[in-house]
Amino acid sequence: MPMNYEQATAAYEPTLGLEVHVELNTKSKMFCSCATEFGAEPNTQTCPVCLGLPGSLPVVNAMAIESTILIGLALNCSIAPFSRFARKNYFYPDMPKNFQTSQYDEPICVDGYLDVEIETDEGPKTFRVDIERVHMEEDTGKSLHVGGSTGRIHGAEYSLLDYNRAGIPLVEIVTRIVPGTGKYAPLVARAYVTELRDILRSLGVSDVKMEQGSLRCDVNLSLAPIGSDKLGTRSETKNVNSLRSVERAVSGEFVRQANRLESGERIVQETRHFLEESGETRPGRSKETAEDYRYFPEPDLVPVTPDADWIEELRKSLPEKPSLRRKRLQEEWNVPAKEMESMVNAELLDVVEETVKLGADATRARSWWLGEVSRLANEKEVAPTTLINANQVAEVIALIVTGELTDKLARQVVEGVINGEGTPREVIDKRGLKVVSDDSALMIAIEAAIAAQPDTAERVRGGNLPAAGALIGAVMKATGGQADAAKVRELLLKHLGQS
Amino acid sequence: MTNIHSTAAQMSAALAAKEISSVELTQQHLDRISAVDGDVHAFLYVDTEGALAQAKAADELRASGKEISPLTGVPLALKDVLAQKGVPTTCGSKMLEGWRPPYDSTVVTKLKEAGVVILGKTNMDEFAMGSSTENSAYGPTHNPWDLTRIPGGSGGGSAAALAAFEAPLAIGTDTGGSIRQPAAVTGTVGVKPTYGGVSRYGLVAFSSSLDQAGPCARTVLDTALLHEVIAGHDERDSTSINQLVPQVVAAAKKLDVKGMKIGVVKELSGEGYQSGVSQRFQESLDLLVEAGAEIVEVSCPNFEYALAAYYLIAPSEASSNLARFDSMRYGIRIGDDGTVGAEEVMRRTRHLGFGPEVKRRIILGTYALSSGYYDAYYGSAQKVRTLLKQDYERAFEKADVLVSPTCPTTAFKIGEKSDDPLAMYLNDVATIPVNMAGIGGMSLPCGLAPEDGLPVGFQIMSPVMQDDRLYRVGATLEAALLSKWGKPLLANAPELAVR
Repeated sequence: MPMNYEQATAAYEPTLGLEVHVELNTKSKMFCSCATEFGAEPNTQTCPVCLGLPGSLPVVNAMAIESTILIGLALNCSIAPFSRFARKNYFYPDMPKNFQTSQYDEPICVDGYLDVEIETDEGPKTFRVDIERVHMEEDTGKSLHVGGSTGRIHGAEYSLLDYNRAGIPLVEIVTRIVPGTGKYAPLVARAYVTELRDILRSLGVSDVKMEQGSLRCDVNLSLAPIGSDKLGTRSETKNVNSLRSVERAVSGEFVRQANRLESGERIVQETRHFLEESGETRPGRSKETAEDYRYFPEPDLVPVTPDADWIEELRKSLPEKPSLRRKRLQEEWNVPAKEMESMVNAELLDVVEETVKLGADATRARSWWLGEVSRLANEKEVAPTTLINANQVAEVIALIVTGELTDKLARQVVEGVINGEGTPREVIDKRGLKVVSDDSALMIAIEAAIAAQPDTAERVRGGNLPAAGALIGAVMKATGGQADAAKVRELLLKHLGQS
Repeated sequence: MTNIHSTAAQMSAALAAKEISSVELTQQHLDRISAVDGDVHAFLYVDTEGALAQAKAADELRASGKEISPLTGVPLALKDVLAQKGVPTTCGSKMLEGWRPPYDSTVVTKLKEAGVVILGKTNMDEFAMGSSTENSAYGPTHNPWDLTRIPGGSGGGSAAALAAFEAPLAIGTDTGGSIRQPAAVTGTVGVKPTYGGVSRYGLVAFSSSLDQAGPCARTVLDTALLHEVIAGHDERDSTSINQLVPQVVAAAKKLDVKGMKIGVVKELSGEGYQSGVSQRFQESLDLLVEAGAEIVEVSCPNFEYALAAYYLIAPSEASSNLARFDSMRYGIRIGDDGTVGAEEVMRRTRHLGFGPEVKRRIILGTYALSSGYYDAYYGSAQKVRTLLKQDYERAFEKADVLVSPTCPTTAFKIGEKSDDPLAMYLNDVATIPVNMAGIGGMSLPCGLAPEDGLPVGFQIMSPVMQDDRLYRVGATLEAALLSKWGKPLLANAPELAVR
């Protein structure tokens, strides 16, 4: 019987390591002025430099350096006063120069850490993930191998190449090994990538969309029998394209390695590919015979020597840490952790906060964004914030609070705004959605209802309050649903001497 | 009346005086090329139509009364290692046969802006690797002084074009002497500016940290005029120096070296230097003393390691720079018969596309950068580089410029050293230290060696960004020699057969 996860974690201690590649969202590429927009026609965002044409030369994008320093600072790294690019030499058709310009032994940021909190059986626990380095490099082009069974270059009938991605600035964030995570290794890995993603998002340096590849994670894992002080042989799992996959890749690889070790087989040092459907990994390139990349300092670029004052300025400009901000907002808004998580995952924390700042109460702001707006956005398959802004939602909420709109009317207003009918006010005017709040108009309707149902009115007068529902319903019907039901109830009961 | 034997300065004056049009001047040179280049083979491509169109534009520019360069309308020969939009650029290699760059190198942009007429592309050792132009995939260039001899290399085509009066100006590139050594053996003038003084953008890289484009002509003043056209900071080249261009034209007109200290490098003389070379060099020193300069002896003890270190650094960088020639995006493609994969096509193309010297250096460089050898080879070579710079710094404390013979010997016979790469490499023993330290260097003709009647080159070296000193000393020596000889050295060259 193969071991399951519980059995595996009872017998083996994991050592975790994570390498995250982040595409920066700079307007231009790492070493040339080509655009970096995602999804453009193949080979339309290229020039002699990113195509590696003979004679072309790279020039470092200053924005990419700034973004990388910001990342380093946010991860508590030291910023090197002197760092360099190197050439990583290997042949592959999607690499225009057949070398990748990347930082190697002199990275720009070193020795940082990131604390991540997870729920354990004993309650919340913080793990410190040490960051070894944060460095800059250029992305390669994209190849599409057509024909053949593996989808790889070997055996393909032909290959298509798109160099739009070639030269997009990439930042690689490498952790040191994370020991002692035990059975929580998958959770720690997920929490780390989540926290890192939130930090990158708060810095505004990347789109951090795992599904588009702007944030990619490689998971390194090795196992050793519990109590052993030796490190096992590690595997490196690539193609891990969602937070959930990070967690599954670690647990899947944990079980696979444990079973191999259990049956006396050795772990091969190799690259493995994560399979989204099964949660398993399949072997890729063996790393047993180390590839020799013949690194040497890039002679076409001068060293990166950021000014100390500039670094301090950037440090001062760092936004609040996302984990701290979440804690603060959770307390201020008094919402459960789960709710906070759903706002973060839906990428709505910023806009909810903005809506609250504009005067809306946190509960309403949250429920409008996560509820009606998200529902409409899902229907249209777009992000909620592309449909309506914080100002408009805050205005709608204010109208509810003052009683000018009911929840039901407010939904129609939101729908109108999303359909491009104008501001909430304009939608209200055009659609005639104003709540009937004029007491005298309501009183006429109330009296009419009482006259139509004298017996019911009598029962209410006698103290049977639930009977009022029928009268309220009649008033609402008479006003076309535009009256505020609570107001109607208040007036009705008063009129019948019951308040 | 101006003719092809005039200097560029004289042509410039004749154009200004409307004695001749640029179209006429250009046509004279095109006629000369078609008359003699069958024997000399200085050109790989003659851009007849393009040159005449540029000449016409230059004439129109002059007629418009707008401010123009002194060299507007003067023809020039361009080494085939610099990208010129739409014009075949082969680097003397089969690999790039048929490639027409979609962009202009910065040097070409500056030439075009100045209205200089580009006649065509000149022959060179494949990818600038060689000292004789015998390594061109398109056959050797012949020295106009003796067609059985080499014109130097790698820029033998540019130098021979000047000596054969096919062009009054030429552009060369110098990685270890490829401007100065051809100038020396053809009795012409060539300058390797300070590294970073002229943009490398569009110069197809051999060794990025050593390559430098520079001006070539038949007189020191002409060389200076061209120097000022092509020099200056370029934001496309990170290694280009952001400083004002040294005033080289003014320096070339000064004709005064009174009080200047001229350092003779002890290590660049004696054994291995042909007697006639040493004799003419010594006579030139005497002329400089007569002109008021003071001669001091300096020692550069680390020069003995320069050649060895150069043959580690240059091939290392070349092995990486030339990796891009893989048949995937441009140039030739060999063996793509539909039965083999991309890797095999790359292998076949590189096997047949590169010549033996290029392969030798790629192998040398790949080896030197390999893991386990890097420190001993590339690492040690970089340390030698630092020592060479220190040697120069100390020497320049004692002298304003340093001098030596440009090469140990006069032009050797075609084929004489083809089978002995080490003997070939030794030809550059006096020029290589200049590239390794990134300083400026000039070669100008200082007479004919009595034993073979062939030109001897006099080398001047100046500190970083003090290139004006080259011209000041060079022009003074040139004037002294001219008054001694009564006519330019090239007037002694045999008449070429006109076909």
